[in-house]
Amino acid sequence: MNLKRRQRDWQSVAFYAVTLAATALIVLTILVILGDIVWHGARQVSWHFITGGTKEGMFDAQTAGVFPMIFGTLALVVLMTLGVVPVGVITAVYLTEYARSLSPITRIIRGAINNLAGVPSIVFGLFGLGFFVQFVGGGLDQMFYGGALHYRKPALIWAAATMAVMTLPVVIVATEEALRAVPSGLREASLALGATKLKTIWKIVLPEALPGVLTGAILAVGRGAGEVAPIMFTGAAYYLAHLPNSWTDQFMHLGYHVFVLSTQSPDIERTKPILYGSVLVLLVMTFLLNLTGVLVRAKIRSRLQHG
Amino acid sequence: MELHFDQELTQAKDLLLRMSSLAEQAVVTALKGLVQRDDALAQSVLDGDSQLDNLQKEIDERCVELIALRQPKARDLRFLIVIMKIAAELERVGDQAVNIAHRAAALNREPQLKPFVDIPRMSDLSCGMIRTVLDAFVYGKIDIAQQVIRNDDEVDRLETQMHRELTSFMIEDPHTITRALSLIGVAHSLERIGDHAVNIAEEVVYLYEGRDIRHQSPNV
Amino acid sequence: MDNPVIQIADVNFWYGTKQALFDVNVAIAPHQTTAFIGPSGCGKSTLLRCLNRMNDLINGTRVTGRIALNGEDVYAPEVDVIELRKQVGMVFQKSNPFPKSIFDNVAYGLRIQGLTDKTELEGRVVKSLKKAALWDEVQDRLHDSALMLSGGQQQRLCIARAIAVEPEIILMDEPCSALDPTATAKIEELIQDLETDYTIVIVTHNMQQAARCSDYTAFFYLGRLVEFDATNKIFTNPTNKQTEDYVTGRFG
Repeated sequence: MNLKRRQRDWQSVAFYAVTLAATALIVLTILVILGDIVWHGARQVSWHFITGGTKEGMFDAQTAGVFPMIFGTLALVVLMTLGVVPVGVITAVYLTEYARSLSPITRIIRGAINNLAGVPSIVFGLFGLGFFVQFVGGGLDQMFYGGALHYRKPALIWAAATMAVMTLPVVIVATEEALRAVPSGLREASLALGATKLKTIWKIVLPEALPGVLTGAILAVGRGAGEVAPIMFTGAAYYLAHLPNSWTDQFMHLGYHVFVLSTQSPDIERTKPILYGSVLVLLVMTFLLNLTGVLVRAKIRSRLQHG
Repeated sequence: MELHFDQELTQAKDLLLRMSSLAEQAVVTALKGLVQRDDALAQSVLDGDSQLDNLQKEIDERCVELIALRQPKARDLRFLIVIMKIAAELERVGDQAVNIAHRAAALNREPQLKPFVDIPRMSDLSCGMIRTVLDAFVYGKIDIAQQVIRNDDEVDRLETQMHRELTSFMIEDPHTITRALSLIGVAHSLERIGDHAVNIAEEVVYLYEGRDIRHQSPNV
Repeated sequence: MDNPVIQIADVNFWYGTKQALFDVNVAIAPHQTTAFIGPSGCGKSTLLRCLNRMNDLINGTRVTGRIALNGEDVYAPEVDVIELRKQVGMVFQKSNPFPKSIFDNVAYGLRIQGLTDKTELEGRVVKSLKKAALWDEVQDRLHDSALMLSGGQQQRLCIARAIAVEPEIILMDEPCSALDPTATAKIEELIQDLETDYTIVIVTHNMQQAARCSDYTAFFYLGRLVEFDATNKIFTNPTNKQTEDYVTGRFG
């Protein structure tokens, strides 16, 4: 019996090389983009830049500051998360635990969610304007303020609502996956002890699925911090003299600021450093938000596994 | 650790011990009926034999059940098999006691042929062997078991001796033939009881050591 | 049998259009262990899960006949399934402790019933752990995660969890099939101890296990009850030839 290799397996080698090359290509691309941003942006980012307001010198590299944009982005993300997570989780719970998977209603709901995920973000922006700002906002003004203008304008809350609707599919899908991953043995054990379905979901299934729910939230937050089109008409402002102090105020936003800088600047060369700096801050902020989510999720996961 | 099965094994052992004391008592009582020429004692042995038979059936049924239900291994398995075999031996000891009782009844109707010398000696030995061997079973004393096997030689010798003595009686005086034959029968029963004790001893060795010492030369 | 605690009468069962149980009649004796045995797919687990209506969780199942717990039909429309499951507990094939502490696992059933008194909770948890022969091994680490226990310990924890609610009956669906022989032996001993307080119905594909720890045995084949009798009779002298073939390993 001869165990020695007869000839090299060229197919395997070639395949390995291809996958390696593809990975290298992607990593290289990311490194180039990030490298460029960090290289040019790091110079602009200073303590003043992060904590300072914009005042008039928004386009001037010396006086520019992005604190209001950071604040606004964070406020948007928080409000959006408070809206999307409960609704998304409840929908996912309904779809996984209560709906009969082959009934027509369930299929319609799923279809709707899938379609929602495919809608272009600019369409969300228009939807937010028409539905939240004008219809809901107008209705609220009629009902509570006798027609005076309180809600029927671009506002933090409408931008957050629009973003919540846009990120809903992602939260629903992630939560559904997490709920499905909970072993049916746990549900059975709870039910066999005389627990109702509700108690089983609340005390056993949801806690076990929490890491997955967090994944959905992290993904939603990622989009919320970055997307610009949905908030353009619904709440983001080009320039505000003060920070928003109620959810009916408009707000400044890092992503929108980048858009503004690149399209509205009188002198693009002078604005470029600010652009890079803003982009860098946006990336770092997104990264930190993600990191927080990941760490919280890891902590919850380890507590589930080790008690 | 004590299992439920251990309790069941103890119950089986208790059944066997009860049977063994009944069997031993039957032999002792039968011999008393003979030596003391007491018909009532002889009769009680005949009446009590069915109890021994029933106990054997009960023990067999219980052991079969335990083997089927518990799938015993190693010593537990040997234990149950040995209990069934010892019960069979004890049942035959009981039968021998019945034989002795029958002969006692017959002999009591006639005048005593000769003073009882060898029979009490044989019976002490044989009954002693039964008692000893059941002690060995309960306490695991293998050396006693082997001693019993040696005692059997003495019982055999006594039987041969009695046979010779009674044969000369019969030759001298033919009127003694019936009684002499009966006494030879009693001696034979006692010798058989000794053999049963030896069988039980062999089973005890099998139980505690897993060795089958049957059908071998005397020195084991 | 005089006063069966569960009377199963003329039960037929369907998964959708596929019939799984045919005219099954069995009586479960109180404070005894009854074993359901038979080859794979014979319906024994299906019947077991009818007793606490866990089959309700599967879509498209249908039952006819009568399953009476202390005289009451468990499938009657006015029956509260939650109450039923408090009286008929279940231990599953793969042990499924909650990802909580050992204490919280056992206390779960009590807490969902509304028991909040700390002293009483503690007392009942300890009592259940002792009855499940697990107390000695966990008394110093009640607040450790249940997932740190070995397979056999986890299964005994599931038993403790089930008995904490003080059911009348405990159903066991192949409780030892995922365990090694030593852990299995511990649980078999435990089952014989639990008989004094509970009625036990156990499904097992290991007929030797049924022989060792049950008082009554029901042999099923292809959804029908072939023979039901005292265990010692089934294993020493069964009436039915099919039963004899099965217990002697000459089946198929």
